[in-house]
Amino acid sequence: MLAQLPLDEQAILTLAALVMFTSFALLAQSRVVPMIHVFAWQGLLVAITTGLVAFASGKHDLYISALLTLLLKALFIPWLLHRLVTRLGIDRDEHGAEHPATVLLIGALLVIFCYYVAEPIRELSASITRNTIAISMAVVLLGLLMLVSRGKAVAQVVGFMSLENGLFFAAVAATHGMPMVVELGIAFDVLVAAVIFGVFFFHIRDSIDSLDVDQLNRLTEKDQ
Amino acid sequence: MNALYLTLLLPLSASILLAMFGNRRGAAAFNVLASLAGFVASAWLAWTVLQRGPLGGGTGQFYIDSFNVYLIALTALVGATTSLFSGPYMAQEQANGRIGPGRLRLYHASYQGFLFTMQLALTTNNLGVLWVALEGATLATVLLVSLYRTPEAVEAAWKYFIVCGVGIALALFGTVLLYFAAAQVIPDAENALLWSVLAEHAAGLRPVVMAIAFVFLLVGYGTKVGLVPMHTWLPDAHSEGPTPMSAVLSGLLLNVALYALVRVKILTDGALAGSSVHDPHLAGYLMMGFGLVSFSVAGLFLHRQRDIKRLYSYSSIEHMGLMTFAFGLGGPLATFGGLLHMTVHSLTKSAIFVAVGHASHIARTQAIDSIRGLIETQPAVGWGLLIGTAAIAGFPPFGVFTSEFLLLSATMQSYPWLTLPLLAGLAIAFAGLFRHLQPMVYGDQPDGQQAVAANMWPVALHLVLVLWLGLSIPAFLATWFDQAAVLITGSGLL
Repeated sequence: MLAQLPLDEQAILTLAALVMFTSFALLAQSRVVPMIHVFAWQGLLVAITTGLVAFASGKHDLYISALLTLLLKALFIPWLLHRLVTRLGIDRDEHGAEHPATVLLIGALLVIFCYYVAEPIRELSASITRNTIAISMAVVLLGLLMLVSRGKAVAQVVGFMSLENGLFFAAVAATHGMPMVVELGIAFDVLVAAVIFGVFFFHIRDSIDSLDVDQLNRLTEKDQ
Repeated sequence: MNALYLTLLLPLSASILLAMFGNRRGAAAFNVLASLAGFVASAWLAWTVLQRGPLGGGTGQFYIDSFNVYLIALTALVGATTSLFSGPYMAQEQANGRIGPGRLRLYHASYQGFLFTMQLALTTNNLGVLWVALEGATLATVLLVSLYRTPEAVEAAWKYFIVCGVGIALALFGTVLLYFAAAQVIPDAENALLWSVLAEHAAGLRPVVMAIAFVFLLVGYGTKVGLVPMHTWLPDAHSEGPTPMSAVLSGLLLNVALYALVRVKILTDGALAGSSVHDPHLAGYLMMGFGLVSFSVAGLFLHRQRDIKRLYSYSSIEHMGLMTFAFGLGGPLATFGGLLHMTVHSLTKSAIFVAVGHASHIARTQAIDSIRGLIETQPAVGWGLLIGTAAIAGFPPFGVFTSEFLLLSATMQSYPWLTLPLLAGLAIAFAGLFRHLQPMVYGDQPDGQQAVAANMWPVALHLVLVLWLGLSIPAFLATWFDQAAVLITGSGLL
């Protein structure tokens, strides 16, 4: 079936599959620095896919989005995270999930679920990216899964940003990007969020002497 | 349009100025001045809309109609009165050594930045920009929640950031799906997220896509509204941040998130109206369910609180649940009640938080067990808290009673059996508030407890307004509520 599609569509699908693969790699990766690298690769793949969609669909606005993604997700945020973990001296730490195999299994189930939910949307779409809507949704949910399965601040931030990648990818896949003003607004929010996350790493370390956010458990409704 | 630009630019420029000079001596006064100027601009805007009808719309980036005009004025009013309270309060915090001048600069800049994002979210016609503004509101306030840098404050801020960040990310996914549905019926893609354009084409939007989009938007914006079970950030952020922040979070942010939800509900209702696959009232049923659960759960949680600010933040969840239920119920009567409830809850709750701030300064703690004898020590604060709580619990003749009465009547009309959980919930919440309040205001004062410099004018002003709204709603406001009800449900009350 894949061979019947035009060449650019095949390329987009392959790249989309690679993006989802990096999501799984993030779920499985427990060491901090490789995790940041995988995240950077994911950003790069999303940027390339966006550029390819821009080329194939002739929507030149998308080149700007692709460039923004490249700068923000593939270069700036990984660089910032890398710098922070070096300065905090946690670049050799293990930040893995407690039950990695279970998490990966849940991840696989999420992908199947996404194909099921996205089916009616896929049928309505006439765009060349219709087959990637389910993948983008899966990247969102896999990012969410990473966020909830990790107890360390850095891993949670990477999960959060990977979720953002999925959202951006969804916008590209479903509708060839959002209107420019929205696109710019979202990029600005992501940038500010990344900087604030950086500030927070220091706050958390100052308050509990580590970045193990599972230890942040004083505020509950349980009787102490 | 000038009034609109002023409403937006005043807080934005004030935020930038305060980011540079916010630690100077006059910064608190400047904050008050900017907020008051913002209120004057928003009143001018409301006056213009009153004279000429809706502003903007079409393919413009801004749209002011009867649904958001009163919320804009309300936001500016609460922002201004809370800034009056925040000046002496933050000075006291600085005197107590809890924060330094650098943090004060951050505080002032974030305060105005937050007001800007609220006004942008309300005035914009673009649902994408609405999302950007609501995410911006999280970013503007997250560093304020951790302002005191205690382990609890950092924990609350981290939770706020992650929970609201993920919630709002799901709302963006919903917005993308909405855009996808819109792009199929609206020829010019640049205009396909404009609310006024979408509202015209609502009937043509694909029901299947809109149903999925609405679920994502409900969970996403519902997180910011504080709906159970996505509410976990709310009591933490309210209790650990500075009290003026709790006042504006409860009074403004929750309202604006609910406003966003109702805007997309209008579109979803339009799209599902003729659908055979989905129930036409799907959006309404979902909102009723979430609303009722939030209302009941929060009422029960009121009973076991030990921190005074957590107590009132659970009360906020309870009331937001009630409003969500009202909008979900639909029909002009319930919607009118919901709109009124948004107004009176915002005024009352911000007044209560001002009184709570002073009370916790008098007792030097936020622990309910240690706050005693407020009326004896400082009658203005004690009575302010007592009357405010009476108003929020729904005592007549305050406005909260009126809106809850309207809502109960509407429920009696369409779902008589649902009045039972509503009445039970109101009674439980009333008991939960007063069992804690009674000893705090009436009990004997501990030795050495002293009155503090308190500015109770904001409380008095808000409570008088709520009383006024309970006795008679001014004609122009009633007209706006009615027009908004026509917009939301298709038929009016008056």
